[in-house]
Amino acid sequence: MERAGKASVTHRLYGLLEQIAPPLVSVVIALAISSLIIWVVGYDPVRAFSALFDGAFGGPRQIGETMLRSTPLIFTGLAVAYGFRAGLFNIGAEGQLFMGGLVAAWLGVALAGLPTMVIVPIILVAGAAAGMAWAFIPALLKARVGAHEVITTMMFTFIARYIVSWLVTGPLKAPGQIPQTVQLPAESMLPKFTDILPELGTGRAHLGFVVGIALAVVVWWVLKHTTLGYEARAVGFNPWASETGGISVSLTTVKSLCLSGALAATAGVTEVIGLHGRLFDQFSAGFGFTGIAVALLARNNPLAVIMTAMLFGALSAGSGTMQLQADVPSKVVFIIQGLVVFLVAAQQLAVWLLRPFKARGGVENA
Amino acid sequence: MDAALLEVREVTKRFPGVLANDKVSMSLESGEIVALLGENGAGKSTLMNVVYGLLSPDGGELYYEGHPVKVRSPRHAIDLGIGMVHQHFMLVEPLTVTENIVLGNEPTKIAGVIDFSTARKAVAEISKRYGLAVDPDAVIRDLSVGMQQRVEILKALYRGAKILILDEPTAVLTPQEVRELFKVVRSLVDEGLAVVFITHKLEEVMAVADRVVVMRDGRVVGEARPSETDMAGLARMMVGRDVVFRVEKKPSVRGETILEVDGLEVLDERRLEAVRGMSFDVCAGEVVALAGVSGNGQTELVEALTGLRRPAAGSVRLSGKDITHASARQSIEAGVSHVPEDRHRRGMVLEFDLAENMILGDHRLEPFSRHGVMKPTEIARVTEERVAAYDVRTPSIRVLGGALSGGNQQKLVLARELGRDPKLLIAAQPTRGLDVGAIEFVHQQILAERDSGKGVLLVSLELEEVQGLADRILVVYEGRIVKEFAAGEASDEDLGLYMTGGGGDKFAESTEVSVKGLGT
Ligand SMILES: Nc1ncnc2c1ncn2[C@@H]1O[C@H](COP(=O)(O)OP(=O)(O)O)[C@@H](O)[C@H]1O
Ligand SMILES: [Mg+2]
Repeated sequence: MERAGKASVTHRLYGLLEQIAPPLVSVVIALAISSLIIWVVGYDPVRAFSALFDGAFGGPRQIGETMLRSTPLIFTGLAVAYGFRAGLFNIGAEGQLFMGGLVAAWLGVALAGLPTMVIVPIILVAGAAAGMAWAFIPALLKARVGAHEVITTMMFTFIARYIVSWLVTGPLKAPGQIPQTVQLPAESMLPKFTDILPELGTGRAHLGFVVGIALAVVVWWVLKHTTLGYEARAVGFNPWASETGGISVSLTTVKSLCLSGALAATAGVTEVIGLHGRLFDQFSAGFGFTGIAVALLARNNPLAVIMTAMLFGALSAGSGTMQLQADVPSKVVFIIQGLVVFLVAAQQLAVWLLRPFKARGGVENA
Repeated sequence: MDAALLEVREVTKRFPGVLANDKVSMSLESGEIVALLGENGAGKSTLMNVVYGLLSPDGGELYYEGHPVKVRSPRHAIDLGIGMVHQHFMLVEPLTVTENIVLGNEPTKIAGVIDFSTARKAVAEISKRYGLAVDPDAVIRDLSVGMQQRVEILKALYRGAKILILDEPTAVLTPQEVRELFKVVRSLVDEGLAVVFITHKLEEVMAVADRVVVMRDGRVVGEARPSETDMAGLARMMVGRDVVFRVEKKPSVRGETILEVDGLEVLDERRLEAVRGMSFDVCAGEVVALAGVSGNGQTELVEALTGLRRPAAGSVRLSGKDITHASARQSIEAGVSHVPEDRHRRGMVLEFDLAENMILGDHRLEPFSRHGVMKPTEIARVTEERVAAYDVRTPSIRVLGGALSGGNQQKLVLARELGRDPKLLIAAQPTRGLDVGAIEFVHQQILAERDSGKGVLLVSLELEEVQGLADRILVVYEGRIVKEFAAGEASDEDLGLYMTGGGGDKFAESTEVSVKGLGT
């Protein structure tokens, strides 16, 4: 009656492999297809990729650049992943990110004069709270009237972007031609690694990266070891069984989407107080959307998000060197990114499409 | 000597880690109904999927009308004259009965235009010949499950099946539909067909089969004629040990009142009144069974009692405390345990492992968590204990709930619901889809709960279960309790009568019809 019993260790190892293999294969295939494209359009793929690698990991400065570019993606990746685990598609991480950036730019000036050790934590918390608040209304709409979060969080992204656009061209505009807020004072900024240890030579990389890794561990722990995460996963898998088990589905939905919003907003905060030192229209290169790809590739595993965010960060950091040294347009990186996303999505789509058949087999053998 | 219509010789089929069929042999003659009996996972579906060309065997041969054949595909099976109706129907829902039946074999006029009048005529003709009445123009999605099954059978007949394989055909049917199906099957063999009837229910074997082939763990363990054996003998073959059908029941020791339901009214999704003023109570140390045909308000009642649905009127009290408007969480914490009728939807999270499933509903409480932080060691310890105590067969508690067989899933749900030591157990169709061994276990647990002084409310569609377990029987019909019986007071016929709206004076007219309809 039972399947052959397996020792639980091999069982887990196998499970791990089963999890890691498909995204890894996607990445490898994406690289292979990209090489082919690079070769077909007349460049040398070996040179292109070694230049890309060089640009991403060739030295401390390059590594720093990779860390810098991964930082916002860790947060947005975590945000989307947490949402997915609770059965929610937070497509509006970008909007929450904007609200986080806005609050950071405002508080960074408003709190000027206080020591960094005080300001930065306050900004981080307040920025996260802003993202939470921004996700709260879509969450409430979902919980109360069932409005789909894909629509509502997207709408709220537009609203957030227009608010920021308006503020940086009007009320919060710094003197001068450019629509941007004033430069934050040094004490409001997240320190760079080199501020602490100049010998590191990691260029623009800042402590936001460490915050990201810490948050990834926290999110992993919350999902695995707290009732909050347990309830989120239960609702994500099966709202009816959750309800029967006394879990409030609507409350869990609200909590989960708000938490996701808080994580996404942190990306905006660290971009403002870690990198730019101010807010402007284009301060996010669509990190909220890339976060979806980061989460999918990581299969919504918070620890894997660190790795996948770094992969995307490395591609972005290395693209300039690739252009310089191998003459390959840096835009080729978008092709690679696109292919990775496409292959991962296609694979998940296949799993999703096959689900009814799997379920059917399961029921028949019940 | 004539060759058999179909002969299966030493068929072997392996799946990763499982020997699903181990040198299985059986034969089939025209004009007979062979029941293929076995517990879930015995290998019945696998064997018939091999015959139907859905699976290719790893060894063994098939002989059709005396000739060796290799069935390459279902298409090939159909061409040979082998039809199969799966547990899950393969009909196109938006199309009509006729369209579905002729699909893939459409009579055409010139230029490939489907000839619908010929098609309708052909369908009407076979439907008449085999006594399978069905409206040829009805759209599938509007038909009941029983009717859809009929369409599946017609489809096989239309394609000229000489052998009809039915995989657990009664699992989805109401008792009335089951009786109808038996008549249909009988008329098919009278017309010369051969029928393979897959089941794990002994009563069905006794009621319909000419011959029974019993499978266990991928092997054929016996063959018999129902007239020459009895249920106990078949059960022993099927399970491999003696099985008790009616669990020994001590006399009930009634204690104080646990559940008091007064004038309860509950609306369904469409906002129609599903429960129309029910009043009853359940005492400590007794099993109260709610007997009724499916869809008479039982689901809504149970949801209202467990905090999953707000009652429209009336009150519910648990040990004197008002829980009418309690949430599911408050209801659990007040001491109500619930074994839901739909295991996969409400009973458990298939994607959770056994430990995670074991704490569902208690996950916020000690010893499983404290201040919102879970305690994995405690969770694992309790899960291991309960898995052992409730005989959940699994290689490890890290296996996903969805990987267990139905019987083991139900044991898991019971282990959770009884493990928290409730005051009241509400068990809705607790043995649905289970095989005899598991049914026996569930029944024993329910009675043990009663004997330890808990109240039990059992909701069941199975008269045998109701008769076997209940100390009091409440018959529900159209959202009302129409009759109460003490244990042993009512015959199955009495119950059937009230369950279908007969019995009372004001139902005098419909009584006759119902009695006839129920004749067993
Ligand atoms: N497609 C499959 N892949 C792997 N194992 C399977 C598959 N189908 C059935 N099995 C296994 O083969 C055994 C027999 O299953 P099945 O023939 O469905 O049993 P039954 O129909 O008697 O309930 C079970 O252990 C089941 O888990
Ligand atoms: Mg089967």
